[in-house]
Amino acid sequence: MTELRYMAPATLDEAIGALAAGGSTARILAGGTDLLVQMRSGAVKPGLIIDIKKITEMTTIQETADGGFRVGAAVPGAVLAEHTRFGKVWPGVLEAVNLIGSIQVQGRASAGGNLCNASPAGDSVPAMVAAGAVVTVQGPTGQRILSVEKVPTGPGRTSLLPGEILVSFTLPPRLPASGDAYLRMIPRTEMDIAVVGCGVSLTLNDGICTAARVGLGAVAPTVLLVEAAAEALIGSRLDAEALDAAADACRAVCRPIDDKRGTIGYRIKVAGVLLKRTAVIAAQRAQHN
Amino acid sequence: MTKIHVSTTVNNEPMEFLCEPDDTMLDVLRGPLGLTGSKEGCASGDCGACSITLDDRLVCSCLMLAVEGEGRNIGTIEGMAHGEKLHPLQQKFLEMAALQCGICTSGMLVASDALLRKNPRPSEEEVRFWLAGNLCRCTGYDKIVRAVLETAAEMQEAAQ
Repeated sequence: MTELRYMAPATLDEAIGALAAGGSTARILAGGTDLLVQMRSGAVKPGLIIDIKKITEMTTIQETADGGFRVGAAVPGAVLAEHTRFGKVWPGVLEAVNLIGSIQVQGRASAGGNLCNASPAGDSVPAMVAAGAVVTVQGPTGQRILSVEKVPTGPGRTSLLPGEILVSFTLPPRLPASGDAYLRMIPRTEMDIAVVGCGVSLTLNDGICTAARVGLGAVAPTVLLVEAAAEALIGSRLDAEALDAAADACRAVCRPIDDKRGTIGYRIKVAGVLLKRTAVIAAQRAQHN
Repeated sequence: MTKIHVSTTVNNEPMEFLCEPDDTMLDVLRGPLGLTGSKEGCASGDCGACSITLDDRLVCSCLMLAVEGEGRNIGTIEGMAHGEKLHPLQQKFLEMAALQCGICTSGMLVASDALLRKNPRPSEEEVRFWLAGNLCRCTGYDKIVRAVLETAAEMQEAAQ
């Protein structure tokens, strides 16, 4: 039996070196809200745990000179909520991140962990997809930038190569009159896993939608970027007809599973309902920006 | 496995312990440190019975490795009362019978204390959302929520 080792490197280079040397049994520890549960259940038996919370670029939030944001992959939800500007510029991303688990879980869980855990129902992912966020990934052969929707490849699987670490999210500068929102459907009021999750980000000009992105979660093996739904919104005044068309576009891409939280038919129906509700909230926010 | 030496602060007192790399903070609190007030309910971060503060932030001690305690400040239920004098939340939980079997109580108290430090006058809705990560198997939620609200009101009055 291999002996489990723990390390908390202070630099990204050290972490990447250790991850590459650790091979397939090395695991990255950010908030631990997934990893410790997996270890406890025996689903994962790591030989090496690399705690990345001593690495500055993975635990800090920066507003960039152009008005974008760089959020370290290990920043806990509670810390993101306390940032004075982030929630004003990206309220939908923040509400999505803050829906992950309880207050206790928020003290530790991060958007980076949520993305790398690659659950189709991860709450932060559709909102990040809608926001047009990209991630910086670093590995033994250098750095890559990829859009959030390119990270998950299936339940529990990502496109990260062996030895690569997800370092940070970059959210683009915000145009005036832009807003975003995230809604999820759960049978309870708190502490549950999304039956459907929907993120919408859009920009208005004189009441006309000039840009939009839609992310849809828990209705396919990975979170989806629904370009057809965005196209239905762009150019419209977000009237009933446009919202209906966007809702239909969302329903058309759903490939959900049946489980105890919802049937296939229910998830598909709710995907359209959520798109409409989320788009209306995003538009209201855009009018006040 | 090689034991790891950890220096930390628990309830404002410097403390050292040895642990395995996969020990949780809850394992060490309840084992070597003898602080059994934090309870293990689910061991998966769902029930909140193991709630502690880590540098004043509320977390589940079952979802944290003990080695992560190095150099940090940990607060447990054992640090809540001042000697024989109970914290107002503890006193109020007793007065209003906001507990039945008691398994969830230390987690409820630690979480409620963290709430009142952040938001001294929460609404009922805010209390209920804040405590959503603390499960009570005797379903005594209503008395717990009332006790937290009553404590908040009295602490505000006392502060004026």
